[in-house]
Amino acid sequence: MLDLRLYMAQRISALIMAPLTLGHIAVMIWAVQGGLSAGEILGRTQGSVFWFLFYGTFVAAVSVHAAIGLRVIVYEHVGISGKTLTALTWAVFAVLIAMGARAVWAVTAGAGGA
Amino acid sequence: MSAQAEKLDVSVWRGDSDGAYQTFQVPAYESQTILDVVSWIQQYADPTLTYRFACRVGMCGSCAMMVNGRPRWTCRTHIKTVVKDGAVQIGPLRNLPVIKDLAADMDPFFDKWVAAGGVHAPSGSRYDPIEPVDPAGPERTEASAGIECINCSVCYAACDTVAGNADYLGPAALQRAWTLYNDAKHDARESILDAVSGTGGCHNCHSMGSCTVYCPNELDPMSAIAGLKRETAKNFFRKRG
Repeated sequence: MLDLRLYMAQRISALIMAPLTLGHIAVMIWAVQGGLSAGEILGRTQGSVFWFLFYGTFVAAVSVHAAIGLRVIVYEHVGISGKTLTALTWAVFAVLIAMGARAVWAVTAGAGGA
Repeated sequence: MSAQAEKLDVSVWRGDSDGAYQTFQVPAYESQTILDVVSWIQQYADPTLTYRFACRVGMCGSCAMMVNGRPRWTCRTHIKTVVKDGAVQIGPLRNLPVIKDLAADMDPFFDKWVAAGGVHAPSGSRYDPIEPVDPAGPERTEASAGIECINCSVCYAACDTVAGNADYLGPAALQRAWTLYNDAKHDARESILDAVSGTGGCHNCHSMGSCTVYCPNELDPMSAIAGLKRETAKNFFRKRG
């Protein structure tokens, strides 16, 4: 059910997520110290290639990590296996990456300077 | 505890997987093991009771059963350590099919032991000179940590991952694989990493540690499985590097 390939995908995605999560929290805390508004923050992130890659990478890692994690839980506790399990894994991945990509696009695309 | 004055209420699993518990009154003795209690029932109350044992001294790994819901080696566990309010419940090992009463079908356990690459493949023959092995070397230390496994299946019965994932090879088979992987005189060491990397392999382990907690020989299958995960991960990059 969880072979080496999926195991490595989950561990590597975790390794990617960890520093990005810490970076996200650190920047959030730092950014609000000076009383930045949501609009001002968006002004800095929109049009920024750096923040697009930062959150884009995070969303991709989350989608891989959560899809595999849910796959394990569903298999062990619900008993779904085989092609249905594979389809479910891909479906979870697709929903997460679509929702995440939409959010990343909203925050980093459009007007504003890098 | 005065001899024969006290009685224990012992409920024992009867039948196959659709069976039920049956209660027997068993006289309590000093230094009485769980296996003594089961044997008393078979000898004095119901000769049709089926159970399995051989050595009675913790060597053969035949007599493991679920006692009050926990897997134990019954020949080396005193009944007084498990009795609650004068009662104890004894069942067949968890995670294995029940043949009858207290005898579980060990086939899946040993099949997985072989599937994990557990059969020794000698790297030399009797005609080759004996290669010295440093007993204190790092590889041999890892291998020696797991060699006292008696294949009692207590870890397999304790494992919640096996309970949720019937394909999972389980702690004993994977510990055996780790032992052979570190054995300088095993000739199929690389194929072990492939054998434990499939869909039921070591990567399914959640490191819950029941195997290590319940092992009657105080072995540490969880760390052995962690070793396999480490080596397979390194090998994953080596193959691609």
